[in-house]
Amino acid sequence: MCLAVPGRVLDIEERDGTRMASVDFGGVVKEVCLEYLPDLQIGEYAIVHVGFALQRLDEESAKQTLELFSTLGMLQEEFGDPWELAAQAGGSPLPAAGIDTAQEAQK
Amino acid sequence: MKYIDEFQDPDLARRLLDDIHSTVTRPWALMEVCGGQTHTIIRHGIDQLLPDQVELIHGPGCPVCVTPLEVIDKALEIASRPEVIFCSFGDMLRVPGTGRDLFQVRSEGGDVRVVYSPLDALRIAQQNPDREVVFFGIGFETTAPPNAMTVYQARRLGIQNFSLLVSHVRVPPAIEAIMQSPSCRVQAFLAAGHVCSVMGVSEYPGLAERFGVPIVVTGFEPLDILEGVRRTVRQLERGEHTVDNAYPRAVRPEGNPAAQAMLADVFEVTDRAWRGIGTIPGSGWRLSQRYREYDAEYRFSVTGIRTREPAECRSGEVLQGLLKPHECEAFGTLCTPRTPLGATMVSSEGACAAYYLYRRLDITTASLEANSVV
Repeated sequence: MCLAVPGRVLDIEERDGTRMASVDFGGVVKEVCLEYLPDLQIGEYAIVHVGFALQRLDEESAKQTLELFSTLGMLQEEFGDPWELAAQAGGSPLPAAGIDTAQEAQK
Repeated sequence: MKYIDEFQDPDLARRLLDDIHSTVTRPWALMEVCGGQTHTIIRHGIDQLLPDQVELIHGPGCPVCVTPLEVIDKALEIASRPEVIFCSFGDMLRVPGTGRDLFQVRSEGGDVRVVYSPLDALRIAQQNPDREVVFFGIGFETTAPPNAMTVYQARRLGIQNFSLLVSHVRVPPAIEAIMQSPSCRVQAFLAAGHVCSVMGVSEYPGLAERFGVPIVVTGFEPLDILEGVRRTVRQLERGEHTVDNAYPRAVRPEGNPAAQAMLADVFEVTDRAWRGIGTIPGSGWRLSQRYREYDAEYRFSVTGIRTREPAECRSGEVLQGLLKPHECEAFGTLCTPRTPLGATMVSSEGACAAYYLYRRLDITTASLEANSVV
């Protein structure tokens, strides 16, 4: 959770009066709130934590970090299925109740 | 330097290491505050590449690890209620409360959902007006502003069926508590880069001056850590103790003022208990009076839950840098990621988990060798 990942802004829209963006994290696209970096523009990079852009980042260092995180499998840790990760950690079967993922919530 | 080829820029890594090796003349103990840094250090064997005189002590900077047991128990109690959809980040699923965890609550039929962002939880509340949606708001200064914004948005949009179970913590009071401990060995801090991305560095000069410790703002990648260590060791050898920013690409001195303003609006500073450590004055945030109606502790009347931590778990000492994970008697035997006694073993940023993941073979071999002597 504490991992903040650099991402590139693909597009920006206003939703419920809030500035939101689609952000690309080395292939995974997530919705990100821009309220804390309101002047961030399409094509720029930022450090994103739990769906919020927190600080602007230059393109070169952003790309280097993404490449490194990808090599180390950290993007999978951040964006992979948390129930599967938790089941693996505990050596338990997946709980059956309901369906949900962050992706579902974003629909 | 057997692992150095794995570094993103091995030549730069070698130069940084050479500089550290040639600078050090005597022993120093540095604490990396952030659990993310601990994992980078262990994963890349950075501690083994450094001169023997430079000891890295793992700090309390894992939000999952320091969330008190009683808060976990409150989460489990709330998540078990049929009217509740309980939303959390994935790394809280396996944190043991008294007797069970959120993963088990879900197995027993509780509606526990994992979200990527707190705003996802708010959307679930909008989509389920007949349910109560509770978000588990833990974390340091990096996570608190997103959670603050979510509560602010809930009020702005008039969403009544959303609330936050809050257990936010702040780094500077933890540094102060560590330095005030009589058994403290820490001589310098690698400050957590992303916390400083939000808060800036203004809280640190007073601490550096008061305790005579260098504080170097440090990033998370292997080269960032080496650069942070290099600058810290230079200060120590010169007898200096200033605040230095070794992570300028992500940290501006003023931090993120918009995020700080939201924190000041939605939260207020409070005393906070840290798992395994105890209460540290002024070390946390809770919802301010204006937002109290969004506080799940009051909405679900769980303010009275009090619990006791398992005596065998020594994670408090690990979190304060007094004990290395593998020095704990329960490490790898009573306590494993499958049967964790404390959160430091389950959290993806926990020091015990890092040792278990990346050092397990080494430790097994070492203990086998030790046993075979007998």
